[in-house]
Amino acid sequence: MVENRPWVTFLSHFVLIIGLIVIAFPVWMTFVASTHDQETMLRSPVPIWPGPYLLENYWTVLTEGYRNRPGTVPLYITLTNSMIMALGVAIGKIFISIIAAFAIVYFRFPFRMAFFWAIFVTLMLPVEVRIVPTYGVVAGLGMLDSYSGLIVPLIASATATFLFRQFFLSVPDELTEAARVDGASPMRFFWDILLPMSRTSIAALFVIQFIYGWNQYLWPLLITTKESFYTVVMAVSRQANVVDSVPSWNLLMAMAMLAMLPPVLVVVFMQRQFVRGLVEVEK
Amino acid sequence: MEKRVTFNERLLPYLLVAPQIVITLVFFFWPSGQAIWQSMLTEDAFGGNTKFVWFDNFAHLFGDPNYYASARLTLVFSALVASIGLAVSLLLAVMADRVIRGASVYKMILVWPYAVAPAVVGVLFGFLFNPSVGVIAWMLAAIGIEFNYVINGNQALILVLFAAVWNQISYNFLFFLAGLQSIPKSLIEAAAIDGAGPGKRFWDIAFPLLSPTGFFLLVINIIYAFFGTFGIIGSLTQGGPGQATNILIWKVYNDGFRGQDLGGSSAQSVILMIVVIGLTFVQFRFIERRVHY
Repeated sequence: MVENRPWVTFLSHFVLIIGLIVIAFPVWMTFVASTHDQETMLRSPVPIWPGPYLLENYWTVLTEGYRNRPGTVPLYITLTNSMIMALGVAIGKIFISIIAAFAIVYFRFPFRMAFFWAIFVTLMLPVEVRIVPTYGVVAGLGMLDSYSGLIVPLIASATATFLFRQFFLSVPDELTEAARVDGASPMRFFWDILLPMSRTSIAALFVIQFIYGWNQYLWPLLITTKESFYTVVMAVSRQANVVDSVPSWNLLMAMAMLAMLPPVLVVVFMQRQFVRGLVEVEK
Repeated sequence: MEKRVTFNERLLPYLLVAPQIVITLVFFFWPSGQAIWQSMLTEDAFGGNTKFVWFDNFAHLFGDPNYYASARLTLVFSALVASIGLAVSLLLAVMADRVIRGASVYKMILVWPYAVAPAVVGVLFGFLFNPSVGVIAWMLAAIGIEFNYVINGNQALILVLFAAVWNQISYNFLFFLAGLQSIPKSLIEAAAIDGAGPGKRFWDIAFPLLSPTGFFLLVINIIYAFFGTFGIIGSLTQGGPGQATNILIWKVYNDGFRGQDLGGSSAQSVILMIVVIGLTFVQFRFIERRVHY
């Protein structure tokens, strides 16, 4: 602090606290709603403090889903699917891009730059833009309603390759020379030297891509028709769109809480990697 | 930039790039080509005869008042998401940069919304503003504002806008905070010694130094408003009521998958691709410029 101005400090805290309230209020109200029974939630005004039905509601959505509705899926299934999809996207992206970056940085071969540019242009197009034809391709390959259909089309992305390329370029050449003098093969150099050095980049990337995979909405919505492949985010959204004469807000909000819990926990507990990943991946 | 020291192998590098190249070809180049091809086809009502019609689908779009309405809506919506989102998060970042006590608590809560999926954000806001049980709708009614986003188009748009800004605040906040913290303390102190107050120091020192970050975030926010808000709209309004929240990306989805108008939807995809490519170019030119700063 350059100088001491009490009222400016007070104003700062005041603005920040208002910001916090605006940020936290929707999440708080969702939590509160998930701890009451159905009747309480249908009476206006709704409560703003938690009630006694927390365990019961969460148990219900985990084992039965949104009760009383045909075709609803127990949340333990959708949560498992989301976990498989998020881990698959994060690990798949890291795997294919770290080896591609290794090839492009550490080898000289014909068409190297052509490959580099082919990867580079994918930076430009989010999957939303080309949904109809991508759906057609995935359907043609028989990948609808499968984990590979959920995961593989989303791991084609340039950002991770670029991050690793930048990092590899900053690794001193002396290490490579030393490895070559000692007769290490390229893959041995990769495993024993490059991979351990990339640990922090991998962790940062993992956090960002896990959230990206978990939060996918449009893609699972298109390619899954069987309930056993629904992901939790799309399941919650589907349920919210059903017009309902007597909605079970308590159950819907418990589902929403469970849908956002894993990525929020990842952000809170891996905040350092998250911030690093965000700043590095997007640039 | 290139490595001086490399390995000599013939086959290995191809094996290493193969997975990424194959996935890129199959799920990126092939569908993008298909989008361009399909944008020049029409099918008759029974899906039987496909005909090559050159640019008829585009001509049809540009003659369609609904498309113009959707495009105008998207521009207004993304301008609002970007400007409000940037202003609010800049304010929060400047304040968070000042405080010492509790800084980490503020930061921890402000980064939350990034982790919440847009589709879930839509569900949350739909609950808060629900006309019959929503606590904010209830509070608004108490002060005499009738809020019903299900039937009122303007209110639906405001709600989607509010949800989108909420969702995007943490991202902007983190970048602005990082930008502020990279400003040399000596500059700030020198200005303070010369008698510049906090307001003047912000406008004359911090604000100009933050402008590259601000520009970067502007492009990211516009892209977010164009595409990232799809989940919010999907959970909250489904493009309605009427056409009130039918932004371009929702229209692509709606026309293609619900309306079964593949040609028209592909033509819209191609237009959106051109928009994204344009924005990406702007972004890169700017990043290059900043490197030479």
